[in-house]
Amino acid sequence: MQTEREPNVVEMRVEEAEDDSPAMLQVKDLVKTFPPSRSEKDRVAAVNGVSFDVPAGQMYTLLGPSGCGKTTTLRCIAGLERPDRGEIVVSDRVLFSSGRGVNLRANERGLGMVFQSYAIWPHMNVFRNVAFPLQVLQQRERPDKREIAERVGEVLRVVRLDHLADREATDLSGGQQQRLALARALVMRPPLLLLDEPLSNLDAKLREEMRFELKRLQRTLGITAVYVTHDQVEALAMSNRIAVMRDGTVEQIGKPRDVYERPTSRFVADFIGSSNFIDGTIADGRPADGYLITTAHGELRAHSEATLPKGTTVVLSIRPEHVGLHEGGPRPEEAHAWSGTVQARAFLGESVDHVVDVGSGFEVRARCNPSLSIPPGTQVTVSFAESACSLIPADA
Amino acid sequence: MTTATAEGRPSFFARFVPRNLFRAQTLIILVVVVTIAYLAIVPLGYLLWGTFFDEQGFTLRFFEEAYARFPLTELLANSFTFAIGSTTISVVIGTTLAYLHARTDVPFKRLIFAASLVPLIIPGILHTVAWILLLSPEIGVLNAWLEPFFRGPAFNIYSLPGMIWVEGLHLSPLVFLLMFAAFRSMDPSLEESALMSGARMRTVVRRITLPLVVPALSAAVLVMMVRVLEAFEVAQILGSQARRWVFVSRIYESLDTFPAKYGEAGAYAMSLLLLTSIGVFVQSRLSRRGKAFQTVTGKGFRPRPLPLGRWRWPASGLVLVYFLIAVVMPVLILIYSSLLPFYSGPSAEQFSRFTLDNYVATFTRPHSLNALRNSLVLGIGTATALMFFMAIASWLVVRTKLPGRWLVDNLAFSPLAIPGLILGVALLFVYLRFPLPIYGSLWILFIAYCTRYMPYGMRYSSSSMYQISGELEESAQTSGASWWQTFRRVNLPLLMPGLIAGWIYIVLVSFRELSSSILLYSPGNEVLSILIWERWENGQFTQLAALGMVMVACLVLLVVIASRLGARIGVKEH
Repeated sequence: MQTEREPNVVEMRVEEAEDDSPAMLQVKDLVKTFPPSRSEKDRVAAVNGVSFDVPAGQMYTLLGPSGCGKTTTLRCIAGLERPDRGEIVVSDRVLFSSGRGVNLRANERGLGMVFQSYAIWPHMNVFRNVAFPLQVLQQRERPDKREIAERVGEVLRVVRLDHLADREATDLSGGQQQRLALARALVMRPPLLLLDEPLSNLDAKLREEMRFELKRLQRTLGITAVYVTHDQVEALAMSNRIAVMRDGTVEQIGKPRDVYERPTSRFVADFIGSSNFIDGTIADGRPADGYLITTAHGELRAHSEATLPKGTTVVLSIRPEHVGLHEGGPRPEEAHAWSGTVQARAFLGESVDHVVDVGSGFEVRARCNPSLSIPPGTQVTVSFAESACSLIPADA
Repeated sequence: MTTATAEGRPSFFARFVPRNLFRAQTLIILVVVVTIAYLAIVPLGYLLWGTFFDEQGFTLRFFEEAYARFPLTELLANSFTFAIGSTTISVVIGTTLAYLHARTDVPFKRLIFAASLVPLIIPGILHTVAWILLLSPEIGVLNAWLEPFFRGPAFNIYSLPGMIWVEGLHLSPLVFLLMFAAFRSMDPSLEESALMSGARMRTVVRRITLPLVVPALSAAVLVMMVRVLEAFEVAQILGSQARRWVFVSRIYESLDTFPAKYGEAGAYAMSLLLLTSIGVFVQSRLSRRGKAFQTVTGKGFRPRPLPLGRWRWPASGLVLVYFLIAVVMPVLILIYSSLLPFYSGPSAEQFSRFTLDNYVATFTRPHSLNALRNSLVLGIGTATALMFFMAIASWLVVRTKLPGRWLVDNLAFSPLAIPGLILGVALLFVYLRFPLPIYGSLWILFIAYCTRYMPYGMRYSSSSMYQISGELEESAQTSGASWWQTFRRVNLPLLMPGLIAGWIYIVLVSFRELSSSILLYSPGNEVLSILIWERWENGQFTQLAALGMVMVACLVLLVVIASRLGARIGVKEH
């Protein structure tokens, strides 16, 4: 994945902006319901008790499938939707609180937002699009013409559009419109930047480019941003923190690597990347030395911080790239390896996927280096590194 | 700032006032909604009350009186013969032209389009008078020419067939426009696949093309039926002479006597209103169901024109004959009359008498100058007020989640079902007793025009509102712009092309409005179309024609400006 090739400087900055920074955004117990539609009888809760804190300087991602409530949450923060309940605070300023009866309008919140469609005003040129937020300020706060021009020029330089200031906004390419939308959101120097799937309208190549551009800008300018996406690769590549959402609630919050490697539920494991799920029961073990799990296909070892008494039913989640695969029978050093037959393989360019039947039709997917390619029908052994197995309670 | 109660449930106030309605904008929106409701509801309310109640309370007396003098069956028979006949003519002509233009390689396509503008620029009264000059048994030019063959007038325009012919011809361009859109938006691959299945062209038209445009066709039929039932000029000018009464001419006659029989007019009006409402209602249901028809996708296809082969020349002959009949003959006879000192059929002698006196009179007499000024003031005033109000109303309907916004939408569209003459009657009921001097001033015409053309204003602005992504507005809000700043700096400029198109259309239709004005004008407050009407009643054909040509010139100018502006103003696209 591209992230690994990212310069370390960025990674270090990421570490700097950690949890000890004061929370820039606090969302508490947010609930937003919509009136019943023809298909549903009751009010539909799009967001159902969502709480999270975003430390200053972080790129905080709300990740989830469509309909999980991530965009509604963002629009509640922006002031474009009125929540039923909860509290939204940005750097000690209460934007919304059902308890205190506070609800600032979107135009009073002073946040920056980049829309999915960019929402570039087609009747204004680049300069006037960016100048708009400054021009609509109250008379006494509004900067004079010269200062507006200066600030617009400055922010256009940051997004590298300064040479196009006089261009009609509709003449810009997709990537340029994206940067223009970003400039417009940043020109007010907002405490918080809201990004609603900003990359989803770009083609694959440009999307990858803009991903790094956006990350670079956010890190160098030290902006606090809430980023909404359904694209797990994007989320993993860009975020300091990810909140995975499902059906209007937050399922798991964590650093990208933790969420990927230590999913706490089957949903998270399944949504972020692909995974092999194996049902089993705890046979032995303690949090300190790991557990032994019996499954229908053989035994496995896995770590978990939780105390799981013997007999607990669990689900093991194992990423395909962590599944070892070789021809022939198990080697002596492999404690928990299963025998099977290759059912199918697919060449994906960067890797080769093998589907291995480990008995009674149960299939394990193994993602291997392209140098390894085993034809279907071959007897093979699959093995699972203990550290790569995530233990998920069976009911999660 | 709105409030939410401590339990977290939005309070009553918060639930019925959307998130961003505060102070100034609440006021603006309230004014718009109240105005729409007032314009749509009050006249009908008074009409109902005035028709069903007299000094003693509820009564059906007016209905009894009205239908004792004119049996309902006769009125219904006449009205429906008129409606069905004219609809048939207009639908047959309009659909044929639309098919030829949209789907075949027929020549003279520009002529067809030019003809489609005729009802827009030649008001019904001029069109009717032109046909009188052509086909009247006494002075009809065509009758005079055909006399040697028939030993007497060949045609009598003052008859039910005459009415059907003139009205049907006048409405055919409207059918053309409706059907042209339907043929254009039809996926050509549906026909092509039938051709590939081995069907012959004739079979394809019969079994594929026509069934696919049935929704559009039935909508066109209903629209035309309602239009004919409402049509005032033909029904009154031709029908009253022929003693072929229909609802509108009866309404007018009841009010044109002394003392005016308001209750009787109301009774006829209620009956007609019932019919037109049914038509409009069925049509709106049909069009809603028609959306399930996947054929008309709104996607812009450029279907390969069908080669007509050996039918190409007969078809082009048809187009030429149509253009001759629908455009050239009426316009020529009007120009001819306008140049004469007194009317007489064309002859070499007459051509030598040509004079511009009638035009000079039109531009020098204070009476006609005043009418021209009134028409302009009313047209521009109505269009400006309506488009501004409807821009806000359409924002309300399209963008907010305000409960009851569908009601605003329906109210704004409801005048579609109200014939102009009935609106005139209803406004008389309201303002004859009104304390302010609305009746007897231009204001009553302004109110009438605003009510009549509210649906057009709403249609133009809401269809452009639908084309603007909501995010454009939301991004202005998150940029810190207030409601009014957002509306003025983002919505209005983006809506502008649609608003200007609507504005010009409303100026056009107000300029030629007759059926409401005829009941509401007062001496000194005449508009151009009323002046033409008066000239007609006095038998001043030549002055009428000159006045009419001035009016047509104004309308042509507006149409040209509209198309120029439409091309230039708008979202800059390159």
